[in-house]
Amino acid sequence: MSKYLVDKFLFTIDRDPDLVERYREDPGGTVAWWEAEQANLILNCHGGERSTWLSFTDSEREALSSHDYVTLFELGAHNFLLLTLFIALFERDYAEPLAFQREFAARLGHWSLPYPDIST
Amino acid sequence: MATIAAIIASTHHPFYLRASTATGEDRPPFADEWVAKIEAFRETLTRARPDVLVMVGSDHFHQLWLDNMPQFLVGKAAFYDANYYNEEREFGLPRMTLRGNEDLSAHLLRGGIDAGFDLAFSNELRVDHSITCPIITLRPQADLPIVPVYTNIFAPPMPQPKRFVELGQAIRALVESWPSDQRVAIIGTGHLSLELGGPRQFGPHGPDPEFDRKAVAWIASSNLDGALAEVSLDSLWQPGNATHGFMDFLLVMGVAGKNVKADYADSLDLFHTMEAYFTWYPEGTS
Repeated sequence: MSKYLVDKFLFTIDRDPDLVERYREDPGGTVAWWEAEQANLILNCHGGERSTWLSFTDSEREALSSHDYVTLFELGAHNFLLLTLFIALFERDYAEPLAFQREFAARLGHWSLPYPDIST
Repeated sequence: MATIAAIIASTHHPFYLRASTATGEDRPPFADEWVAKIEAFRETLTRARPDVLVMVGSDHFHQLWLDNMPQFLVGKAAFYDANYYNEEREFGLPRMTLRGNEDLSAHLLRGGIDAGFDLAFSNELRVDHSITCPIITLRPQADLPIVPVYTNIFAPPMPQPKRFVELGQAIRALVESWPSDQRVAIIGTGHLSLELGGPRQFGPHGPDPEFDRKAVAWIASSNLDGALAEVSLDSLWQPGNATHGFMDFLLVMGVAGKNVKADYADSLDLFHTMEAYFTWYPEGTS
């Protein structure tokens, strides 16, 4: 399990307008590129000082590659990062204000407390 | 020594700017009441005639990240740029630049560290909507220098609730010992019950109206014993998965002092969250 890396993906995509669009249009390709090129970058360090050990599990990679926010929630992705990025990806496809956010809630409606642990 | 002109605790709602400026069909039905409450709340700061604002908030994974996460951080810079692309995108918040007060920042850092809080610091901090929402609601002209204080209410493991209270008590003592003739307002913002990225998000009310009712009563009377008896890091998941932001209210209750009744208290039951606004005047209200 690499919750930290899932969160790092959500974080680095969400803060970059070009990557938000790229992930919306090509989730599988974006995840594959990101895991190969970006996952091990330490965000405050020169690229030559990258980490050597970070990778997704198969279930994490599959969930990210299919925009499957329900599974990402269940894997313990940080709830705030998950919501913010997925609003950016899909709110535009819904006519009514907050309609995407309410669908997001409904699709998690089978969950009661305690929720999956978001600790990293 | 400096004077504490006002102590303010508030929810911060990033939708306020868009709701309050919307017109015609875009204007939500609750906007007029919300604006009236905010303008009354704003007057409680204006009448205190502050010169500088200590602003307690929390970075929402903008500049602070899980590879290097401080629990409590004080900004020490001449300026703070503010708001991020994803806040512009989702909330329509504008880019801003706020002045800093490095002398007060240095005083809080030196004194806080010496008092047992191993405070992190930042000399280049871009603040987010936890700081700019209360600027927009309480001081929209954004003309006063600030000292940002960030707390971790977001990424486990977090400090214990009582630690927020203790930091608030320390900030109060430090501001009162700042060798300056300036009038300081201490403003902290957080949340009552709140769910984000979970099954209870964006309902017709906050996810736990009973918690909200109790929390408003605790804050209005600064009932620290009552709040700390019921609130723990584990219990705060129950009212909603983003409710740890209540700990920033606990911090401000620590600033205000145990069992000191707020001079102003108001609330507004909005869709998906309860808004709440409190002001204390340590100098008295006469």
